[in-house]
Amino acid sequence: MGILEVKGVNKRFGGLQALGDVNLSVKENTVHAIIGPNGAGKSTLLNCLVGKLIPDTGSVMFDGQSVLGRKPHEINQMGISRVFQTPEIFGDLTVLENVLIPCFAKRDGSFRMHAFETVSAEKEVVAQAMHMLEDVNMAEKKDMHASSLSRGDKRRLEMAMCLVQEPKLLLLDEPTAGMARADTNNTIELLKEIKASRDITMAIIEHDMHVVFSLADRITVLAQGTPLVEDIPEKIKGHPKVQEAYLGQSHG
Amino acid sequence: MLGLSAKDTRFLLIVIFLTLATPLLLQPFPEGSAMAQFNAGYPDLMQKFAIYGIFAIGFNILFGLTGYLSFGHAAFLGVGSYTVVWMYKLLGYNVLPGLVLAIIISALFALLIGFISLRRSGIYFSILTLAFAQMSYNLAYSVLTPITNGETGLQVYGNDPQILVGANSPTSPHLFGLVMRDSVQLDVGGWLFTFNIGYYFCAVIAILAFYLSLRIFRSPFGMMLRAIKTNQTRMNYTGLNTRPYTLAAFVISGMYAGLAGGLLASMDPLAGAERMQWTASGEVVLMTILGGAGTLMGPVLGAGFIKYFENIFSKINDNVLHAWFAVLPDGLENAVVAMIHPFVGKGWHLTLGILFMLVVIFLPGGLVEGGQRIARLFNRKKKSKGPGTGAGGHKPKPAPHVAE
Repeated sequence: MGILEVKGVNKRFGGLQALGDVNLSVKENTVHAIIGPNGAGKSTLLNCLVGKLIPDTGSVMFDGQSVLGRKPHEINQMGISRVFQTPEIFGDLTVLENVLIPCFAKRDGSFRMHAFETVSAEKEVVAQAMHMLEDVNMAEKKDMHASSLSRGDKRRLEMAMCLVQEPKLLLLDEPTAGMARADTNNTIELLKEIKASRDITMAIIEHDMHVVFSLADRITVLAQGTPLVEDIPEKIKGHPKVQEAYLGQSHG
Repeated sequence: MLGLSAKDTRFLLIVIFLTLATPLLLQPFPEGSAMAQFNAGYPDLMQKFAIYGIFAIGFNILFGLTGYLSFGHAAFLGVGSYTVVWMYKLLGYNVLPGLVLAIIISALFALLIGFISLRRSGIYFSILTLAFAQMSYNLAYSVLTPITNGETGLQVYGNDPQILVGANSPTSPHLFGLVMRDSVQLDVGGWLFTFNIGYYFCAVIAILAFYLSLRIFRSPFGMMLRAIKTNQTRMNYTGLNTRPYTLAAFVISGMYAGLAGGLLASMDPLAGAERMQWTASGEVVLMTILGGAGTLMGPVLGAGFIKYFENIFSKINDNVLHAWFAVLPDGLENAVVAMIHPFVGKGWHLTLGILFMLVVIFLPGGLVEGGQRIARLFNRKKKSKGPGTGAGGHKPKPAPHVAE
């Protein structure tokens, strides 16, 4: 029984069957990659997991509870954090404040009227955030405007914001999309570090095979909204069905 | 002190000093001199500085922090005024019950309007709040005449119950016998200083309001509000529900507006529907942007600027101009007066408009940013004179602090 169990999920946009009978099981403390060509339904599937979309049929169970019908912030409070394709950070805030916010969200829940406390007086929370920034080598940038960071640092910061919440499941939506090779390698290194240094379950949606094969413990291949195969990376590499999905198939 | 950092405490003390010394500071020219009309140290105007300062501080908690631009805050101003006048009519001229009730009622009103308007963001939110405010204004003018006394405006009449009024109670607004319109005048060698009870009452409340807003700015709650302005998507995916945060900010700023409206009626026991009109809502937006949205001092500065222009510039008429330029030859005098004429007197809006445009174009951070730039210029000069400059020069640029 995995920490995330997707069973028989269907999603239709008008005449387009975006997801057709998707089954997926993500085991605890593994890195599970979901790959597939453009339009395979990867993003739709991810959006069904985080509460942005509701599947037409099927169930999505996380840690024994259904996530369907819950809002994104409720799902995050259950323990799912999400990294976006382009880093979503608080550009007008400092780097430290960016990490403080998830710390407060974790401690105080989705809303608390803490208008008479002072941020700097919350020593424990600040220490926790600083510790996280040290982990990703950004401590000396704590007073910088987040919007003035480099693209790679923004990615690091977003990762730190997710990790500081100690999520049970970290979802990554094409974390290297649009990156140069050097940046991609840095991201892979960062993710490897994260994987090595803590017990964490990750689900990665990815296009780039290089990323997937360097990180994943298990891979699901999605094509036209349906999972083709699910297996360990070594077996996926030479799988005829996968090559067919990626390279296309000549009909007749 | 008071849960503030050393820097903020110093900042607060400066604000307290400036507020309490306003009757002296705004009276720089001796009475009877040609410049005396630029003096702003008379009670009516000083009260307006403090009251509209409170209004703008509250508005800034919503607009400056969360970025939600409300075009209907004058509705709360009106609600506050009507509440206070009703308390005069029912209980008596003590301002305290009215002010407390004004805050409560405007909070309820803000809760209702905010709950509905905050379902949308951006321009749609602005339009919704504007619609609510105009509805309130028109209702106050027409259907709600039994409560608001329509066009005449609400005021106290001889046959009102005023159940708490004793034989020797004051017959104008007061706080436990301290009559708001009473003043002490001090004549020091030509300078005339007026210390008005009403002003000091407003000033003390304004300081409290400022202190509260300072605490909110420094709190995790304030940080959340700034985060909402920057990236709502990230807020949601960080497990935070943005709706109650924005609603809380809306209600708090509505309470500030209600308090300000109540104080207007505490200084002058009248309440009219025009206080709710959209121009009044627009004015507080101008104040906040002119001074610097999202900064602590900006809205107060903006409020002071606009009220100063409205009251001082509007008084400069052609006769005054002729008196100033009497030394010039006649033809030139008339030409100069004709040139300045459109910008003063009834044309003060033109000056204010130009000033507003200049600020928005060249100082997007408002007057506060202007002040900061000047301060930085001085600091740089000081530093370049000092020894050892340039050593260890490469430091990441720190984010501008929200204070100042």
